[in-house]
Formats: sequence, C-alpha cells, structure tokens
Amino acid sequence: MLEELLFQLEMSAPQIVLGLVNGAFYALLSLGLAVIFGMLNVINFAHGAQFMMGAFVAWMLLNWLGIPYWGALVLSPLIVGAFGVVLERTMISRLYKLDHLYGLLLTFGLALIIEGVFRNQFGSSGLPYSPPAALTGAPIDLGFMMLPKYRVWVVVAAMVICLATWLVIEKTRLGAYLRAATENAPLVQAFGVNVPRMITLTYAAGVALAALAGVLAAPIYSVNPGMGSSFIITVFAVVVIGGMGSILGSVITGFGLGLVEGLTKVVYPEASATVIFVIMAIVLLARPAGLFGRA
Amino acid sequence: MASATTAPPGTPALPPVAAQSFLGFTRAQAIALLLMIAALIVCPFFLYPQFLMKLLCFALFACAFNLLIGYVGLLSFGHAAYFGMGSYVAAHAAKVWGLTPELAILLGGASGAVLGLAFGWIAIRRQGIYFAMITLALAQMVYFFCLQAPFTHGEDGIQAIPRGHLLGLIDLRADMSLYWFIAGLFLAGFLLIHRIIHSPFGQVLTAIRENEPRATSLGYRTDDYKLVAFVLSAGIAGIAGGAKSIVVGIATLTDVHWTMSGEVVLMSLLGGLGTLFGPVLGAATIVSMQTYLAPFGAWVTVIQGCIFVLCVLAFRAGIVGEIGRMLRVRL
Repeated sequence: MLEELLFQLEMSAPQIVLGLVNGAFYALLSLGLAVIFGMLNVINFAHGAQFMMGAFVAWMLLNWLGIPYWGALVLSPLIVGAFGVVLERTMISRLYKLDHLYGLLLTFGLALIIEGVFRNQFGSSGLPYSPPAALTGAPIDLGFMMLPKYRVWVVVAAMVICLATWLVIEKTRLGAYLRAATENAPLVQAFGVNVPRMITLTYAAGVALAALAGVLAAPIYSVNPGMGSSFIITVFAVVVIGGMGSILGSVITGFGLGLVEGLTKVVYPEASATVIFVIMAIVLLARPAGLFGRA
Repeated sequence: MASATTAPPGTPALPPVAAQSFLGFTRAQAIALLLMIAALIVCPFFLYPQFLMKLLCFALFACAFNLLIGYVGLLSFGHAAYFGMGSYVAAHAAKVWGLTPELAILLGGASGAVLGLAFGWIAIRRQGIYFAMITLALAQMVYFFCLQAPFTHGEDGIQAIPRGHLLGLIDLRADMSLYWFIAGLFLAGFLLIHRIIHSPFGQVLTAIRENEPRATSLGYRTDDYKLVAFVLSAGIAGIAGGAKSIVVGIATLTDVHWTMSGEVVLMSLLGGLGTLFGPVLGAATIVSMQTYLAPFGAWVTVIQGCIFVLCVLAFRAGIVGEIGRMLRVRL
C-alpha cells in the first residue's frame, strides 16, 4: 500500500513541479495584467507578445552581444519596458477617454504586429537558449524524484518577484499614490502628483514584468514567436477566475491553477489543456465576480 | 464597470420615422442593397467564383458578429468557436453521414447556436472587457476540444468534403451552381439580420446597447435579450462556417483558432461597427487581402495588425461609417 503510494508520488511529482512552473508564469503574467488594468483600464492583449519579446531579447543579448543570462534578466525587462513606454505614449494614451474595448482591440493589433515581425525575422520554429551554468548542474535528488535546479529557481524567483510587487504596491508611498490614482485619478492629480507619467510608468512596469517572465521562460520553453499567444489566453482565464481586484489574489490563483493543471495531467491527461477553462466556467456560474474580485 | 456597452462612434442618430421606407430600409440602404445584389449577380462572371464564395461565407460570419457588437454592444472575442464548430459539424454531416449540403449547413448552424446558448449563458454574467476575455477563453476550450476529438481528425482536419446535391436534386459540383446557392444563402442571412435589427426585439437590443440600466428599469429582462441575440449570432456564425466547409472542401483547426476570432473582429471594425453593410465590405477587403497577399507569408499578419491599430486610432467608424458620415446617410 505504502509502496504503491510512493510509486504514485514518484510518477506524479514531475508533473506537479511542471504545474508549479507553469503556475509561476501564470502568476507573473496575470500580476502584470492586473497592475496595468488597475491603472489604465486597458486589458493588455500585447502582454503575451511582450512576454515573447522578453525571451527573444534575452536570446539576442546572448547571441549577438554575448551578454549572459544574469545580465539579460536585468536588461531585457528594461529594453522591453522602454518599448512599452513608447507604445503607451504614442498610442494607448489616446484611448483613455474611449470605451475600454478599444484598448483591447488596439493591443490585439499590436500583438499581431509584434508576433508577425518576429515570425518573419526568426521563423516559427524555436531557438534554443540554455540555462546559466550555475543552474544547470546535477538535479537535486529528493529521494522520490530528481528536481532540476532551473525549475526550482523559476518558482522561487517568481514568488520573490510577486512578493516584491505586492510589497511595493501595498507598503510603499509610491504604491499608495498608485492605489489612490486607481481609485480617483483627478483627485490625486489635484494633489500635485503627475498622474499621466505614473500611468506611463505603470504600463512600462507591467510590460517589464511580462518580459522578465519571458527571460525566465526562455530556457524552459523554446524561444519562438508563438510562445506568448498560447500563454496569454490561458492567463485571461486565470484573471477571470481570480478577479483583477487583488494583487495577492491573482498571484495565488496563478500558482493554484498551475498546480491544478499539473495534477490533471496525472489524473486525466486529456483534460489538462481545458481544465482551467472549465474551472473558469464553474467559477463564473458560482461567483461571477471571480474568487478575489469585487462585484 | 461604467461602460458595459459600446455605442460605436460615428453611428449617425436614427433618421426620423418618415425617412424609413420599404421594409425598414432607408433610401440610402435600399440603394446600397440593390447595388450589392447587382454585384452578387455580376461578379461571378468576372471574378473567380471559388474566391467569391469564400468571401460571402466570411461576409455572413462578419454580419453575425456585427449583430452582437454593433447592435447589442457585446464584444465577443471567441466567435471562431461557433464558426469552427459549424464548419466541423457540417463537414462531418456531409462527408460521413452523407447529408445534403443544405441540411449539413443547417446542422452546422444548429450546433453553433447550441454552443452559443451554453457559452452565452456563462459569459453574459460579466460585462465589457470581462465578457470579451471570457468568450475568448471559452473559444480556446473549443479549440483544444477540436484538437483532441476524434471526429475532427486533429491536425489533419476533415478533408475532401463532398459538395453533394442541393435538396438531393441539383448537382453542386459545378462552381456556378454552388455559387448561386451560396449567394442566396448569404442574402437570406443578411436580410434575416436586418429583420432582427429592425424588429421590436432589435429595438430593445439597441436600447440595451445605449443604456442597459435604463432598459432594465423599463422592465426589460436585459440578460434574456442578450442571450437570445448571442444565440442568433452564434447560429448564423455556425451557418457561415458550415457553408465555408462545403465551399472550400476542408474543415481545419484554423476555423476554430483565436486568430479567426480576431479576423472577424477586424472585418467588422474595418467595415464599420454597427453599420448594415460595413461587415460585408470589411470581409471583402480582408479576404481579398489574404488571397492576393498570400505570397508574403507572415507579413499578412503584420498588415492586419497595422489595420487594427489604424482603425482604432484614427478610423473608428470604419469604411462604411465614414462614407455614411460624408454622405450624411445611414448605411
């Protein structure tokens, strides 16, 4: 009996770890989406494309400039974030007075452009990107399974980043301005805070988060132009399930759903691709505002 | 969320009742309709019928989508699910069950409507941007279903779908025979949508688009109206998908992919949201572009993205909306 249980654990553990890794990306991406939506009232459809850009910039930094993984981890979010500033200033900022749906349509168009350009430049097949030497070595032996170091790193790093973002938003003065501007922008502006600049920087920060997730993802998934769009639709479902009202809520939902997806791969593999969407439907029927959302 | 509904900008105010003429068409619309019918009759003698038929299927699809966004203010970002399901079911019915094409297409429409009923029931619980995300996510679920379900043949799709005999009598293997059937189907769908919009039911839909809380306070159960509109739109999208699979002879994963959902949004946006003829013109533009720019590969996606950005930033009324504004008529 015990042996059988151990065998089950041995069989399912890698899938659960993989689920946690996926969950880390869901959490990072839905966190960025929630931060952007809170401030701009725009659902950033280009988030997946910017995630993909983060991975590609890391690849380019390594192969064209010889800058290794650790440098890319800092530089790639900065570069893609700067790209986000340009997008916000030149295009997205023109839409704030219009219906929110136009923001979705515009960023959808941007996603098509970005993905198309990268597909023309690099083709559809993936490019390899190896993890840094410090994280490649022998996997950690847990007795019942071998745990690749890089996967542990991704989960830990994602948790730290999420926690840091939460701390910045909830515990710092800057975060207080941010939350106040989300509630009532004209009032905050009347107090002398430069709200338009704050909006721009918020968008850049959200985009940078996506790019950071992209760099983390580069060694796990092959770097390819379609890597973002397949993620982003699932992340939309994650966001609907969690509700975008709470930062911590979107992080918990992200990790939780990744785990559920991993477990489904063990129990009933055929449903693993759809399980998150099914959960979304059930949550909408029971609690339309989402698990952590306000009605 | 403050704005649950989208009034497409640039929609001129309703003309006074006196301007309403035959069957709810304004004079300008009647002229445009006659021009469109004339084009339907003349075009096959100059252009490749196969291309025209594909164009008409997508035009009907865009009209069905526009019924929701233009007249109820609901942005469904997952209409590929109903189109693709219609396409697969019609293909299966025609090929495996040997049904006649009109029955296969109707069955495709019915499956689109049933799927629309289920998804609409879930999605109308949220509004605005959430509605768009939910419909997109549900459509992605359909995509994964079609990837795995045995009857869709996964990556291969359903190929070599027979065109069959219309009503069991008229052989549709000749391009022109099929063309007249598809043109008739498109026109019937187009007029049906026009009829829906101009019925008392359609007027309530417009009221919901303009101000949902007010429509509720007038005693309308707005969720029921939205759901019926959603089912109608999904059903017509299914018919368009079924017709497409009979015309092209294949039903593949492309039909249910999210890019297809994006394309139908683009067609309606480019033509003009909330206009009667906009989606037709938008579909014609996009399908022609895809056909003639096909050699440029992935650049087509980039061009489509650019059109999206341009439409949203500078051109929100779309082609037909802009023409209508210039001529001061409602099209």
